[in-house]
Amino acid sequence: MINYIDLHAHMVSRTTDDYHAMALTGCVAVTEPAFWAGYDRVSASAFADYFKHLTEFEPQRAAKYGIQHYTWLCLNPKEGEDRELAREVLAIIPQFLDRPNVLGIGEIGLNRVTRNELATFIDHVELALEHNQLIHIHTPHLEDKYKGTKAIVETLASNSRIDPSRVMVDHVEEHTIRMVLEHGFWAGLTLYPMTKVSPGRAIDMLEMYGTERLCVASACDWGPSQPLAIPNCMFEMRRRGHSQQWIHEVVYTNPSRFLSQSPKFKLAPLEQALVQ
Amino acid sequence: MQIEGSCPRTQRELIELEFIEHRTKILDIAAFLDRFDRSIEHNANDDFRIKAFREALAALNSAEFGRVERIQMLLSDLSSELRAERDGQSAYGAAKESEQ
Repeated sequence: MINYIDLHAHMVSRTTDDYHAMALTGCVAVTEPAFWAGYDRVSASAFADYFKHLTEFEPQRAAKYGIQHYTWLCLNPKEGEDRELAREVLAIIPQFLDRPNVLGIGEIGLNRVTRNELATFIDHVELALEHNQLIHIHTPHLEDKYKGTKAIVETLASNSRIDPSRVMVDHVEEHTIRMVLEHGFWAGLTLYPMTKVSPGRAIDMLEMYGTERLCVASACDWGPSQPLAIPNCMFEMRRRGHSQQWIHEVVYTNPSRFLSQSPKFKLAPLEQALVQ
Repeated sequence: MQIEGSCPRTQRELIELEFIEHRTKILDIAAFLDRFDRSIEHNANDDFRIKAFREALAALNSAEFGRVERIQMLLSDLSSELRAERDGQSAYGAAKESEQ
């Protein structure tokens, strides 16, 4: 069995049975970006509770299955339209950044590609730079994907303080992957049914663009999604004829390489992870 | 980007492995279009999504490599202006004609 890291999993929305299944299929670590709850929260205190959940309860729940849990903090792009709320949430994030499982700021980005969303995105980028944090980026869905990814890439490329090797631009697809990789960012392929990419299409892109700076993740959340999307994709990779070494590079070495840029990301041996 | 020879399976192997799966998908698309024709009320033949869908199907029939990327662009909002304000939380799957 090949161990893997799920770089994007909203475990707050998943059951403990999912941790069990992920552990059985070789998952050793997850990173959980801050997400939209399914409704727009009305106060910063709701986010403080959420950040507490992400940094206290969730890592304990994961540890019982030998899975290391890391997280990213932000106000999600779906709530980025509310500039006043964004300012309030941005003000409380720094008090959580020193917590041991916080790797950076994310998933920030755009949703419907509005002026306010872009302003909130830029504020988050500034916060990340100010605190020397890694950045995890959400790119919009469906017809908004191309326009939103282009706006995000152009915004980041115009900021000379951004080191692209410390930025993961997630949810790339066939029409956005090139611009992300050409600018030196990491790119994430999201194995999410219907609205993102299937295992077959993810593997196609890995074959054509190579494995460098590319990761796969489930982005499992409260919607129709699969916490076992990565092992399913690994099965497809084997069926496609790829070697164990190639698969390991994509599902373990690459995410580990990106995440290890944070001094907090350290993969413990399983037996040690289980007693932490 | 490498195209030529980047898939490690032969064409014969791909047919053996994947033909039935994709045959099923084509039939599902055909059935959706037939269902659309059988609908109790024909009130969306000019819906921006179904128009984009039909354009995508035409692009699918191309003999030229790069079908996925071209179809992605057909289904994308290619305007560059930011929206003045949020019009909802969810995307539609194709660009409204005012956004093309």
